[in-house]
Amino acid sequence: MSAVIEVRDLTKSYKDAVALDGISFDIEQNAIYGLLGRNGAGKTTAMSILTAQNLPSSGQVKVFGENPYENPKVLSRMCFVRESQKYPDDATARHAFAAARLFFPNWDQGLADELIDDFQLPLKRTIKKLSRGQLSAVGVIIGLASRAEITFFDEPYLGLDAVARQTFYDRLLADYAEHPRTILLSSHLIDEVSNLIERVLLIDAGRIIMDQSAEDARAMATNVVGDAAAIDRAVGGREVIHRESLGRVASVTFLGHLDNAERSVLAAEGLELAPVSLQQLIVRLTQQRSAGAPHVAPAAPEGSLR
Amino acid sequence: MIEDGKPLFVQIAEQVEDLIVDGTVAEEARAPSTNELATFYRINPATAAKGINMLVSKGVLYKRRGVGMFVAPGARELLLKERRNDFALRYVQPLLAEARRIGLGPEDVADLVRAGEATAVPATAAPIDQPDRRTP
Repeated sequence: MSAVIEVRDLTKSYKDAVALDGISFDIEQNAIYGLLGRNGAGKTTAMSILTAQNLPSSGQVKVFGENPYENPKVLSRMCFVRESQKYPDDATARHAFAAARLFFPNWDQGLADELIDDFQLPLKRTIKKLSRGQLSAVGVIIGLASRAEITFFDEPYLGLDAVARQTFYDRLLADYAEHPRTILLSSHLIDEVSNLIERVLLIDAGRIIMDQSAEDARAMATNVVGDAAAIDRAVGGREVIHRESLGRVASVTFLGHLDNAERSVLAAEGLELAPVSLQQLIVRLTQQRSAGAPHVAPAAPEGSLR
Repeated sequence: MIEDGKPLFVQIAEQVEDLIVDGTVAEEARAPSTNELATFYRINPATAAKGINMLVSKGVLYKRRGVGMFVAPGARELLLKERRNDFALRYVQPLLAEARRIGLGPEDVADLVRAGEATAVPATAAPIDQPDRRTP
């Protein structure tokens, strides 16, 4: 695999706030990335800079090995679906698709027509008068039908109901399987996207705190429920990221992996082990950090937590 | 169907193994492709590919260039052997542990198993939790 995006020491600061605090990461070709994190973590800022719609304060961004800023060679290979894309007042969805068709060399009109049908999108109404969900559908259709080599979806589902979101996920997967490309998807609905994404980039307060495969992320933490004293013996020196108790019973989430021998010891002590979903893990990690806890220590051998 | 603590790709591999064990996909027949599995289970194709590759290295599937993945001869026998080996650990041990907890001895359990077998639906009944979209 080769990196289509390389980011080094990227910082973006505004007058009174630091949006991105010296982040570095690579985006590999033909994979679906989940760009996750809380509101204000820096997700949209990062996407805007990668697509040259915003400028970094310092640091380096390379897309297809080049600086993307005012670089038509690079920009025509990327599609950025913004959460709140602005259109001219009198523009209809039909106008938006016609413009997209001119701009994106791989535009697939057949796919666009199918998606318009799927989302039952009115083409003749001005975009200004569309509902929030219909506005999101316009963005989703452009993002999918453009078949750009790198596509950014910034919370593309706002106002879409559960059925329409499922349509989006299904269409995204099916089209990605047929036409592999690089996709960055930012989302709050982590449970909904956790099986779709191959890698997780977790941003918190302008820093990358997780950059690893979704598979590894799902196996990073374990939850154990049972007698509090027995749990403390079992967990040992592992890093606890969450603890709740009810009388003598505790529920503890910790980082690290248990081997089979350790698992049977726990089972013999009557402790119940449960997997920790990606959503739970991310809630715990970002909650813990915003509560002022120290940096999470590297859990995986290669130090995939930063 | 998906989601019980095991890695996703392992669960995908097990789903495909189920199809082979219950005879839905015969030996030398085409196995579901990575993309079919990805769209059916709504997972990333790379995850599905990892599950398929696991079955290839296990000798359950083999690749015919340009055509797809096929069930290897002897795959069903291999899987049956593996599952019979795992049976005691996966099913009998937890059963006995719960029996001990509620004061049932091995003989009581054996009686219950026999009684259960007498009223059980025939083993040939189609399992209801199988995906209904199979290899086309």
